Amino acid sequence: MKTYVLQRLVIAVLTLLGMSLVIFTLLRLAPGDIVDILFSTAGYVSPSEKQAIMKELGIDRPYWVQYLDWLRQIASGDLGKSYRYDLPAWQIIRPLLPVTLELAALSMVFAVALGVPTGVISAVRQDTGLDYVLRIFSLAGLSMPAFWLGMVIILTLVTWLQWIPPLTYVSPAQDLKLHAVQFLLPALAVGYRSSALIMRITRSALLEVLREDYIRTAWAKGQGGRVVIWRHALKNAMLPVITVIGIEFAFLIGGLVVTERVFNLPGVARFLVDAILWRDYPIVQNLVMFIAIVVILANLLVDMLYGVLDPRVRYGS
Amino acid sequence: MAVRPADLAVGAELRPRSGAWTTLGRFFRKKPLGAAGGVLMLAMALTAVFAEVLQTHDPIATDAAYTLGAPRAEHVFGTDHLGRDVYSRIVHGARVSLIVGLASTLLGSVLGGIIGLLSGYVGGKTDLIAQRVLDILQGLPLLVLAMVVSAALGPSIQNVIIAISVPIIPRAARVIRSSVLSIREMQYIEAARALGVRHLRTAFRHILPNTMGPFIVLCTAQLGSAILVEATLSFLSLGVPEPYPSWGRMLSVSATEYAQKAPHLVLFPGVAISLAVFGSNLLGDALRDVLDPRLRGA
Repeated sequence: MKTYVLQRLVIAVLTLLGMSLVIFTLLRLAPGDIVDILFSTAGYVSPSEKQAIMKELGIDRPYWVQYLDWLRQIASGDLGKSYRYDLPAWQIIRPLLPVTLELAALSMVFAVALGVPTGVISAVRQDTGLDYVLRIFSLAGLSMPAFWLGMVIILTLVTWLQWIPPLTYVSPAQDLKLHAVQFLLPALAVGYRSSALIMRITRSALLEVLREDYIRTAWAKGQGGRVVIWRHALKNAMLPVITVIGIEFAFLIGGLVVTERVFNLPGVARFLVDAILWRDYPIVQNLVMFIAIVVILANLLVDMLYGVLDPRVRYGS
Repeated sequence: MAVRPADLAVGAELRPRSGAWTTLGRFFRKKPLGAAGGVLMLAMALTAVFAEVLQTHDPIATDAAYTLGAPRAEHVFGTDHLGRDVYSRIVHGARVSLIVGLASTLLGSVLGGIIGLLSGYVGGKTDLIAQRVLDILQGLPLLVLAMVVSAALGPSIQNVIIAISVPIIPRAARVIRSSVLSIREMQYIEAARALGVRHLRTAFRHILPNTMGPFIVLCTAQLGSAILVEATLSFLSLGVPEPYPSWGRMLSVSATEYAQKAPHLVLFPGVAISLAVFGSNLLGDALRDVLDPRLRGA
């Protein structure tokens, strides 16, 4: 177990290093450096002034020095500075984090609550009308862009219920009920998509487990259907489901990027898009790296969970 | 890699004669959902090809006299904030979506496929390194990676295609590699090697054709996701630039702004995206069941 954890940790660190190199290189490919972009609105800038700023930002140094410097910066937990706001990045991101985390958690809860039961029903009633309806329902979730679903939800509320969702962020301290509604709607739009994937995996994993001998034994000794399916079968079918939940976590961040924008929620994902559009590349670089770290940690956690949930999984004995 | 006439003749004799129509008919009966998906994709392809015939207006012509117009006989899907005909823009949007979707899927799948083929065939350290590099690309959320690539390259159709294809590469490589790993152990490969067929030829001539099933399944599955990513990038104005009508772009700022006054601006492009992705997902699922039984239900 110990060697396995260690091995996974080393791979995670190596992957993160590789990611940092990819992100760093990609953002150096961008046309024009940050100085050009910062001053593109200011019109003419004297070359000496430009030189001074390049020096201040440290981009007059060779790339490898910049890269190593950046790594040192991340390792010490420093997220750098936003050039647009002229503020430390962390100061801007920190208030946005709870919004994104709350939305991600709510979406995931919704996705699991919808995906697992529908997957089970679909597997138990394989190839019946109900199975087809549920599969089409889940495939529809995979097909609709989350941001469009969000727009349609808002539009429906406005047109038919004459209810306009709050246009600005409402903190739970201000109005708990309104806050809940404000988060539930986008969570619904994002969670539907994730629930579709969870449903498909639950269905196929359960179908496979239901064919195993021990399930036949459980039926044979006269156990009720509910116990067999929910206690005996589902337990073993959950492993791939948990993998998907881990992977989905990464996709969720992608879904949030647009949904936070549509619902006007001040989260990290929306800020990332804004930063990209403003070409505030230093902060984009740090934010993407931050997302990469979160994703790797989530995957690591899933790997570790395997051993706890399924004693059949033995780590490198 | 020319096919000799003799090969063709032998193949034709050995294969039981079941016409294309019979096969198609069987597919329709066995996989009604997949067939529905195929019909949807065909409709999209036809729309894309015959956009000029199907259009009722010039998709980029503006009409200041009828902006944000509700659907009526002359403009069946209404007009946008510049008075452009929404229906004609959706028809032309099918072309942009399909071109970007197909091109990025093919680019990503072919590049990923070659990496997967070589890494699976060569094995050993090469495989290990390739897998770790792919881990890196796959670890980033698909949309975030596409967004960064698109921002780095700047807005143009070619760059959007590249941006969407990058996240597909690791996924394609995984699929092809795993099927190469099992084919590599087959006896006919051993036979080919024993006959003195060189490695590169073995890999491309004897292994590659047998990965076509999973490859087709992969492409259909990725096409839907590529169309979705294109729509999302364009929605964020990181995708297809003006003046090309793109479904995602049609839903962008202007649609959000005028949504209450003109709900048709939100409705129709979104339905178009959803149907296109839905179609390729349905078709992809059915093709997977037929061509790649190992992945059934996954």
